[in-house]
Amino acid sequence: MENNIQPTDIYALAFHHRFQWEEAQNSYVILFPEGMVKLHGGAGEVIKRLDGKVSVADVVADLKATFPDAQDIEKDILGMFDLAVGKAWLRKVN
Amino acid sequence: MTQASLGDSVVQKEVHAQAQNNGVAANITHTQPLWLLAEVTYRCPLHCAFCYNPTDYDKHTQNELSTEQWIQALRDARKMGAIQLGISGGEPLLRDDIEDIVIEAKKLGYYSNLITSGVGLTEKRIQAFKEGGLDHIQLSMHDITEEINNFITNTRTFELKKKVAAMIKNHGYPMVLNVVIHRYNIGHIKEILEMAEALGADYVELANTQYYGWSLVNRSQLMPLKEQIDEAERITNEFRQKVGNKMKIFFVVPDYFGNRPKKCMNGYVLPCHSARVLPNIEFPNVRDKGLEWAWKDSPAFNKYRGDDWMKEPCRSCPEKENDLGGCRCQAFLLSGDAESADPVCSLSPNHHLIEQAIEESKNPQIQAQPIIFRTDKNSKKYASGESKERVEDFHALP
Repeated sequence: MENNIQPTDIYALAFHHRFQWEEAQNSYVILFPEGMVKLHGGAGEVIKRLDGKVSVADVVADLKATFPDAQDIEKDILGMFDLAVGKAWLRKVN
Repeated sequence: MTQASLGDSVVQKEVHAQAQNNGVAANITHTQPLWLLAEVTYRCPLHCAFCYNPTDYDKHTQNELSTEQWIQALRDARKMGAIQLGISGGEPLLRDDIEDIVIEAKKLGYYSNLITSGVGLTEKRIQAFKEGGLDHIQLSMHDITEEINNFITNTRTFELKKKVAAMIKNHGYPMVLNVVIHRYNIGHIKEILEMAEALGADYVELANTQYYGWSLVNRSQLMPLKEQIDEAERITNEFRQKVGNKMKIFFVVPDYFGNRPKKCMNGYVLPCHSARVLPNIEFPNVRDKGLEWAWKDSPAFNKYRGDDWMKEPCRSCPEKENDLGGCRCQAFLLSGDAESADPVCSLSPNHHLIEQAIEESKNPQIQAQPIIFRTDKNSKKYASGESKERVEDFHALP
């Protein structure tokens, strides 16, 4: 974890980035100048929950509640945050 | 949710048009277009020596699509999957309906980008764009010096560009700068990047001149030395380290100094902003059968899909999937044969044409020939045949 993601951290989509469901790709995407990232289902579920108010821990709890069959997802979610912060798709709010 | 769906594998596909495709135009999936580059006009108040618009653009300036036709094209492309929209030209702001196009783009869910010289961008218009939902503005800059800005564009636009940059920032837009690199500004890369940083740029594209249209006519006058390009890339990498994610810098490597060509639009579509030069192709007009037919069924768009069209050495080349033979326009412009390997490839039988061009660009006599600026007057000469494309001299084949 290069970006030292903490459970209390609050993240939002970086400025000038847009997150939307893209029917043609059958997935969520992040759009920004000259580019697009197509997200796997799990990553889309994480980004979808970021409203600038919920913490990383809140997101983990919510995803566990929504997907009760998924085991040990916390590490995955932190990895996803780490990548997204590293790529500057997210900005830290708090 | 599984391990495989997260972490590094979170990204199925990260698409950067600028970095991968000659700095312009489209990125294409196997079946769907992603990018719509709308060259809404060829008219332009600037006269850049490196412009890639066709030299005979004057023939086409009276025949632009109407607002309604553009909006229909936007709708059709969106239905097919296009999501990034570049509104370009010429100078798109010479049209007074860009506001309407922006509003429609927003409604349709495009991530929209106005690609402009800045000439014609007023407070009133930028406000309308903001309200209409334009996502970003890409501004062209030319140098840190007024002399070179004004020389290469053949206009007095240096101060204006700085004002426009401030306006873009003030309106909360990301600052995306595009700087075309050539012999006259390549020595200023560090200063150009510093200027970009001072202007608060979020993205900077250093686009080494590729040689199409006017820039091909002026190739010997524009081409820098290999050593200058290497040095510019080194400085860029150093600067990247320093600024990190704060300012993303794309350095588009010029074809002529690479050993392999760039993939042409991932091979699934040819018609791009340069394709008009290709021979024996009738390009579809959206006025006739619409965009979907053009994309899926038209002979022009299918001509170079797949690899059936390839000749040797491409056909049996183990690397053919990497670049699909390179740029068809470049192959035609330089060799006279649109099906041949892109001459920038060191394996091309026509690669000597590239070496020759590099040598020519060092020849003081050729260098001293005057630049032919992109002007309506010069374009009329090309359109009427009075001026001959210099490329005819380059052709290796009859």
